[in-house]
Amino acid sequence: MNIAIASGKGGTGKTSVSVNLALSVPGPVQVLDCDADEPNVHTLLPLKTEEIEPVFTMIPEFDEVKCTQSKKCAAFCPNHAIFVGKTGIQFFPELCYGCGGCILSCPNQAIKEGKRQLGVTKSGLTAEGVQVVYGDLNVGEPLVVPVIKAVKNRASKQNRVTVILDCPPGVSCPMVESVHGSDYCLLVTEPTPFGLHDLQLAVDTIRQLEIPIGVVVNRAGIGDKQVYSYCASEQIPILLEIPHSRKIAELFAEGIPFVTQLPEWQPKFERLFRTIQERID
Amino acid sequence: MKELVIVSGKGGTGKTTITASLTALASDLIIADCDVDAPNLHLLLGPDIQFSEEFIESKVAVINPELCTQCGVCESACKFDAISSTFQVDPILCEGCGVCFISCPVNAIEMQERLSGYIYNSKTSYGPMAHALLLPGESNSGKLVTRVRALASKLAEKHERDLILTDGPPGIACAAIATITGASAGLVVTEPTVPAIHDLKRILDLFQHFKIPVMVLINKADLNIRKSEEIADYCQRNDIPIVGQLDYDLKMYEAVVAGLPIVEYAPSNRLSKALKAIWKRVEKQLDAF
Ligand code: SF4
Ligand code: SF4
Ligand code: SF4
Repeated sequence: MNIAIASGKGGTGKTSVSVNLALSVPGPVQVLDCDADEPNVHTLLPLKTEEIEPVFTMIPEFDEVKCTQSKKCAAFCPNHAIFVGKTGIQFFPELCYGCGGCILSCPNQAIKEGKRQLGVTKSGLTAEGVQVVYGDLNVGEPLVVPVIKAVKNRASKQNRVTVILDCPPGVSCPMVESVHGSDYCLLVTEPTPFGLHDLQLAVDTIRQLEIPIGVVVNRAGIGDKQVYSYCASEQIPILLEIPHSRKIAELFAEGIPFVTQLPEWQPKFERLFRTIQERID
Repeated sequence: MKELVIVSGKGGTGKTTITASLTALASDLIIADCDVDAPNLHLLLGPDIQFSEEFIESKVAVINPELCTQCGVCESACKFDAISSTFQVDPILCEGCGVCFISCPVNAIEMQERLSGYIYNSKTSYGPMAHALLLPGESNSGKLVTRVRALASKLAEKHERDLILTDGPPGIACAAIATITGASAGLVVTEPTVPAIHDLKRILDLFQHFKIPVMVLINKADLNIRKSEEIADYCQRNDIPIVGQLDYDLKMYEAVVAGLPIVEYAPSNRLSKALKAIWKRVEKQLDAF
């Protein structure tokens, strides 16, 4: 079972929910941290050892001898990553997203597939026995989606493993790529106008993917009631409320998942998991 | 003309609420919201949209089932797994690259323009504002950010303003890079939590990578005084100025509910007073860079 934890707005508590849920689920658990430009799961669930794999994207490799300067590759490239001038070919790797169209367009087979490293994925076990996989995008690298795909490729294929995907904020391609293919999407929000605005955007996005949605209201008690009336009118179930609490915020500051210090929360997260299980079935 | 971009790496550190207050404290400025995925600044500044423009940047492949012979060439050519085994294009996964279009032996594929969002030119009581909205699930947030920044520069020229204040997106990838490249300086809003410190170091590296001067503001500083000191030490060691600290105060949320920058909602609140001092320091630092 794959559960995606997402939100439109950043900082609503996605990672906290992912980690606390992972520590409360009965049976084997894997957490995939898909927020590859700012991965945080491992800061709350430190790994004992890390197994590192590089992530590459395809880039064209030009054979200047075979090139007749037809400029067909440059004409095709949707990102203007190739410039063919009198002095030869100029290629801007950071603009290339690896579609392969230049290779297909070249009449002289002067281009072949090369590769460029974008970052790595790291995987390992925590002291509690949770398997964590996270992406680590190179700083300065804009292309994050292939790293997210690489993280998802390391998802457990075993049915009995619960896979929790901590997704990047926003509602654009990195978030969609992360949530895509999940059995259920939990949207974490806070009861403020910001939380509501971004929740609405996230709901519109996830509905396009036809994945069932449930909401977790974090920092309940602050703000106003609009998130609740929105969920009621859209018939979106609120599966858990986590009250605003300075204690929880302080534990987060220390990098401590709060279920480990406030044991009364473990059954609540376990119930959340069971509810999701029932809703998927 | 100077462009100050306010970012955070990690979301939820209070970047937008602080940006809104700095906007209210600054004079003669242009406002830009580059968090095009999940923009929030407009909820506090109440922009009055003067002009909106469609953002059409990419295309989407459409297969004509009457011409398609189901040969499978497009499915294996598409590097983004956007074509299903029944030869349907998933518009959410399609990047619009056109590889399928040039590969199809019977010309059954058409590339259609796709609307990815809107760009807005607005008026607020604090100054003209450039902002945008990316439609759900769209890519190209980086290109939309570039368009918002171009509009902001145009507005600055037209209204003869010397400062652009930009609310940036979370993260350090495409949209964040598009926001900070070429800016005059950055202000990173962070908080004393383990995850935020991890993200702070990465975004400071990003500024260094692009050689853009940067300053730091510690929000919710009293949540963990030891970690706030850790941030201050780290910045000092790396020669990064800290422009101030703000305490963790629920008044901030009240102002958000009221839809106002806190310096307007509760001008005599301690956070508002601290923000005024911070803005003076930011201005000075901006001149010093
Ligand atoms: S692979 Fe695609 S994006 Fe990259 S250079 Fe070739 S045509 Fe351009
Ligand atoms: S346009 Fe590119 S991404 Fe879209 S379906 Fe065709 S090959 Fe795939
Ligand atoms: S390449 Fe053309 S004919 Fe072949 S499956 Fe795709 S759309 Fe159909």
